[in-house]
Amino acid sequence: MASEATTTATSDDPNALLRLWRNKEARSVIIQVFTLAVLFAFLAFIIGNAVQNLARLGKTFSFTFMLEPASYDINQRLIEYTSRDNHLRAMFVGILNTALVAGCGIVLATILGFIFGVLRLSKNWLINRLVYCFIEFTRNVPILLHILLVHGLIVHIMPVPRDAWDVGEAVFLTNRGVIMPKPIFEDGFIWTSLAFAVAIVFAWGFRRWAKKAQDATGKTYPVFLVGLAAIIGLPILVLFVSGLPLSWEIPALGGFNFRGGLVMRPEFLALWLALSFYTSAYIAEIVRAGILAVDWGQTEAAYAIGIGPSRTLRLIVIPQALRVIIPPLTSQYLNLTKNSSLAIAIGYMDIVATIGGISLMQTGKEMETMIIVLSIYLCFSLVISSFMNWYNKKIKLVER
Amino acid sequence: MVRIAGDPFFGANGGGIYNFKASFGRENTSMKNTGIALAAIAAAALILGPPAAKAGTLEDVKARGVLNCVVNTGLAGFSFTDKAGKWRGFDTDFCRAVAAAVLGGGDKVKFIPATGKTRFTLLNSKEGDLIFRNTTWTFARDVDVKLTFTGTTYYDGQGFMIRKKLGVKSAKELDGATVCIQTGTTTELNLADFFRANKISYEPVPIETNEEARTNYLAERCDVYTTDASGLAAARATFDKPDNHLLLPEIISKEPLGGVVRQGDDQWGDVVRWIVNAIVSAEEYGITQANADAKAKGTDNPNINRLLGSEGNLGAMLGLDKQWALRAIKAAGNYAEIFDRNVGPKTNIGLSRGLNAQWYDGGLQYAPPFR
Repeated sequence: MASEATTTATSDDPNALLRLWRNKEARSVIIQVFTLAVLFAFLAFIIGNAVQNLARLGKTFSFTFMLEPASYDINQRLIEYTSRDNHLRAMFVGILNTALVAGCGIVLATILGFIFGVLRLSKNWLINRLVYCFIEFTRNVPILLHILLVHGLIVHIMPVPRDAWDVGEAVFLTNRGVIMPKPIFEDGFIWTSLAFAVAIVFAWGFRRWAKKAQDATGKTYPVFLVGLAAIIGLPILVLFVSGLPLSWEIPALGGFNFRGGLVMRPEFLALWLALSFYTSAYIAEIVRAGILAVDWGQTEAAYAIGIGPSRTLRLIVIPQALRVIIPPLTSQYLNLTKNSSLAIAIGYMDIVATIGGISLMQTGKEMETMIIVLSIYLCFSLVISSFMNWYNKKIKLVER
Repeated sequence: MVRIAGDPFFGANGGGIYNFKASFGRENTSMKNTGIALAAIAAAALILGPPAAKAGTLEDVKARGVLNCVVNTGLAGFSFTDKAGKWRGFDTDFCRAVAAAVLGGGDKVKFIPATGKTRFTLLNSKEGDLIFRNTTWTFARDVDVKLTFTGTTYYDGQGFMIRKKLGVKSAKELDGATVCIQTGTTTELNLADFFRANKISYEPVPIETNEEARTNYLAERCDVYTTDASGLAAARATFDKPDNHLLLPEIISKEPLGGVVRQGDDQWGDVVRWIVNAIVSAEEYGITQANADAKAKGTDNPNINRLLGSEGNLGAMLGLDKQWALRAIKAAGNYAEIFDRNVGPKTNIGLSRGLNAQWYDGGLQYAPPFR
């Protein structure tokens, strides 16, 4: 075909094609059309091939299997689930487990990362070096090994339930997890929840008012302390006034295991701690870079106009550092969420282990389940990035 | 065309225990994520796979001169490498028998170790010619995954292992127990059904590889370990103090384990099926590794004569020569010899024949007539 075209062009004008190619705009159009054509041809090929191969194998492409009983049990579930529930429900159990470990991981990794990042800048030589060693060790060992290491430590070092280490006869540490008292909310507890909501609204309102008042009069108010007092104090006050509608289910050893209480299983603990420590090492470096990126002159200028060290950090340095920190921090959050799929190594029942693992094995619907798992991770990532992009926009330099 | 890692029912008990002794640590980390990786590959293979070429496996194997046999990565007694690096075991002996019958030598086998998840992919991608990897014959695998099962070499069932000091005598006393289980297997489904039917609660600890299940069981992360009874016996044989562990009497499922070939190649399926039948018949007719040559010269029993090729022409019907069964028996022995050598009462695994006794001894091993 190409030679035909060339021949035609040659017969008309030997230089027509060459001239077309040398024209910058025409060349750009040609390349784009060609790229699109290749892309579409590739897509058509793989879709066609998939359809053909599925048909040849006598396999159908449908999601109706999602409504059939899953037939397997899941140990950690945030919603009610039994082996008679369908694959769809099993999938939601998996999604919630992934969200739980990713959410807890992001919170802990951020806290640890900021602490390590600041300590890394410490003038105390010992602290500085210790944190440096921790960061280098953590970053340079694959995350899978961290997960296996923590899981192995919990399973092999912690005692069996009969010899559990207890903290105040209420919290028990065993190699089958940390078993804690479970709060039982009674009827009147709704008032305490309401008080908590009211306190948050009040704290937010007070902060706005204080800011306005400060703009108008220059007077500062203890926003943090007032807010904290409201958010903690008000619910506790209401809890007592409404007659303590809260009791605790204390776990007790019975038969093979502890019965009752809340259980944090070794698999969750291992995954959570390993993901958090691993990611915190990266966040620490990001935080350090962010703080160092703020010119020392900024701090000197703040001191020069009489702002104290802690307020300088809070009002001058951190807001500027955040602009450097947020974009790479977002990608660390995404990494942590995606790394949580390594849960399968230790048997934490996340989305990959449920719908992308057992359901896939039992139904043989590999195309369908893989599409579902990919879409769910995509959703998680898009939600995290859009939130972080929103936050990034909010704190970015406002030019006047 | 590569067909599915993901297809149904990988594991089963089929999944059996791999890795107990032989390759401790070998696939510990590398196999961890094979599940998801393979599923992804399988999905990709569905998309990109080339159309299958039709050719007889028997001709392929003869032309190649080597039999590619998919086996367990390491399950004591069934498929493992000894200190000299030689593959040994119940399943591998059947591979050798097929190689001897088809190619003339029991050593003309290339063993392809596979996990519960990878085995069907290896077969369907034609990397393997057949599977002898403690694989359970189920409806879905036979019909939906489109495999052909060549009879049952070992009748198994799912059992429970527990520490003796816990004083449990029956699986029905396991209320509240923590159970280690290989995830993605039929054992997982059997377990859920058993506890549900008996209305007792339990906590499953899903584990990706059997070797890790063993580690977790020994660390008392779980009270009970469940898989095929043969797998449990094999696992227990590798423990430091096997006597501290007890197999509970309940067997909660049927797990007929046997050879597998690709569906659609009936000739190859027949070859493998009748080699297994020849091994089982050999025990019935009293043919052993030692006396096979003598009996092949001709006996008063026409059954033996037809089997060993001194009478009739059964081999040619299969596309093989007259001495096919003789070579298979000489390479691996009869069924009793294979059983006793690898997993029988005198080995450290110490399984009794049970369901695997010959039909005339009250067992289920029953080969159709050679005529």
